[in-house]
Amino acid sequence: MRFDAGRSGFWGQHRMQVHAVEDVSFAIMSGETLGLVGESGSGKSTTGRAILRRVPLSEGRIFFKGCDITHATASALRPLRRHMQLVFQDPYASLNPRMRIRDIVAEPLVVHGMAASSRAAEAKVIELLHRVGLPPDAGRRYPHAFSGGQRQRVGIARALALNPEFIVADEPVSALDVSIRAQIVNLLQDLQKDLGIAYLFIAHDLAVVRHISQRIAIMYAGKIVELAGRTEIYAKPLHPYTQALLSAVPVPDPKIQRVRRRTTHAGEPPNPLDPPPGCRFQSRCPHRTGQCRLHPPPLEDRGGGHFVACWNV
Amino acid sequence: MKSLLDELWRDKAGSTGIVMVVALILMAAAAPLIAPYSPTTQDLRARLAPPVWEDNGSWKHILGTDHLGRDVLSRVIHGSRVSLTVGAAVVLIAGTFGVILGLVAGYRGGRTDSFIMRWIDTQVAFPGLLIALIILAVIGPSMLTVVLVLSLNGWMVYGRLTRGAVLSVRQTAYVEAAEMVGCSSVRVVFRHILPNLTSPLLTLAILEFARIVLAEAALSFLGMGIQPPATSWGLDVATGKNYMFRAWWLVTFPGVAISITVLAVNLVASWMRLISDPQEREKQFARQMRALRKKHAPQGLQETPSL
Repeated sequence: MRFDAGRSGFWGQHRMQVHAVEDVSFAIMSGETLGLVGESGSGKSTTGRAILRRVPLSEGRIFFKGCDITHATASALRPLRRHMQLVFQDPYASLNPRMRIRDIVAEPLVVHGMAASSRAAEAKVIELLHRVGLPPDAGRRYPHAFSGGQRQRVGIARALALNPEFIVADEPVSALDVSIRAQIVNLLQDLQKDLGIAYLFIAHDLAVVRHISQRIAIMYAGKIVELAGRTEIYAKPLHPYTQALLSAVPVPDPKIQRVRRRTTHAGEPPNPLDPPPGCRFQSRCPHRTGQCRLHPPPLEDRGGGHFVACWNV
Repeated sequence: MKSLLDELWRDKAGSTGIVMVVALILMAAAAPLIAPYSPTTQDLRARLAPPVWEDNGSWKHILGTDHLGRDVLSRVIHGSRVSLTVGAAVVLIAGTFGVILGLVAGYRGGRTDSFIMRWIDTQVAFPGLLIALIILAVIGPSMLTVVLVLSLNGWMVYGRLTRGAVLSVRQTAYVEAAEMVGCSSVRVVFRHILPNLTSPLLTLAILEFARIVLAEAALSFLGMGIQPPATSWGLDVATGKNYMFRAWWLVTFPGVAISITVLAVNLVASWMRLISDPQEREKQFARQMRALRKKHAPQGLQETPSL
């Protein structure tokens, strides 16, 4: 699988073009998890939705299993939906409050003609609910009867119904209790092991991303600043933004935490309506040079698949 | 089905409403059988007779008579036919049309949306009653034309409300999920969006029903609605207005009939809103369980000695 979501942007309200995401390029292997990390507004979700063709692209291309799906029409996209699914951030908003769980989980099957009705898909629904750790009688109930973690399981069951090969998980645990997060993350990992699903795991929680991802991409202001293997990026962050991000994670050992120094960078992220020429991080970067103001740094391989976009590495 | 009836029975307000609505419909259907007189029979010697409990009232005309000596009770019973039919038909036609256009406008957005909304704006800008009068004057008044004209004037409010509600529901994650799963837009609209609009739409339909009954009255009063000798509640209220100070019963009883109808429909609608919302339904169930437990609790409490 290969995604080349370069320069995705969309029209703002005043006909002002906002390039929410620019020059983002990465590939996800089948059965792999790519973590996508960044602060709010950095374009993580937009990237995820652009890959799924939910957001119009202004430039760039998306490949899925070798096919260019950038310009697939709505009717061509429908069968593709069977292979790529989305798990939502807010489990309270992502389930229709007026539908029973079994109808929600069976809907993908019904829509794609794999079952005549939700009743006909009952066995499959029970199997899916079992798969995500819900009791079979959950199907008779409505979403409001469930907790956030259980609802997220329902959302995952719905995404699994079509046996997708690729799932974009858009902050699937951000809205959940810390105690529930691990359960959901483990569930996602088990499913990957059993079914070989590839994930694009969007999050802002570095610990969770570290736990689940094989490779991690860091986004800042609509661009990928660093992309590397999990151990690589945590052991040897190269981009100043990544360094700052990682130093913000507390260490669960008071002695070490006390002597640690946080690298914080003052300043604001750039205005997405009018990004500065050159590096997007220049306003906050301690190492910036003249070149950073003029030319955007390319995302380059610094050995062993460790990509960094910085002039000073 | 049985459990639904059970649930209805436990909701006292809802079951009262249903009983009232059924009674009203039966009354309209069986009007010639129940009514003591024909609505047009005149008893000129008993003009403006008061209801039976007033001085000079008699059992001959229980609710009194109008200025031509027609029996008010019979007219109220017969009037229900036109009023209920016009109200229900207009709400149904205008509601369906308005809701569908609102759904299309809200869901499609863009040009379609602008086109439909400007169409609604334009039509709202015309004075409704005046247009209705002109159309009725051209094609001639009858019950059918009254229904059509009132529908033509009344659908815009449904369109606006629906469109606004669709815009907010459309943004929810479950609608996005439905689209992601590959639902066709028709399915998204009718399975995921419309069911979540039932509460505001039901409320609006009830308010509109009352308005339509009165609008029909206004048209009839101006001579462009229901034509005598046919009768409707609205028409009776309108003609009774001239005698309001000498014979209060002429406006009061058809007016009360309108109020009772609107009340009954309201009760039914609020019950329908409750049962169509799974969360409300469950709350209701929990409340009943608690009430049941309380009922049985006192005996249990007596057995345990207080400390």
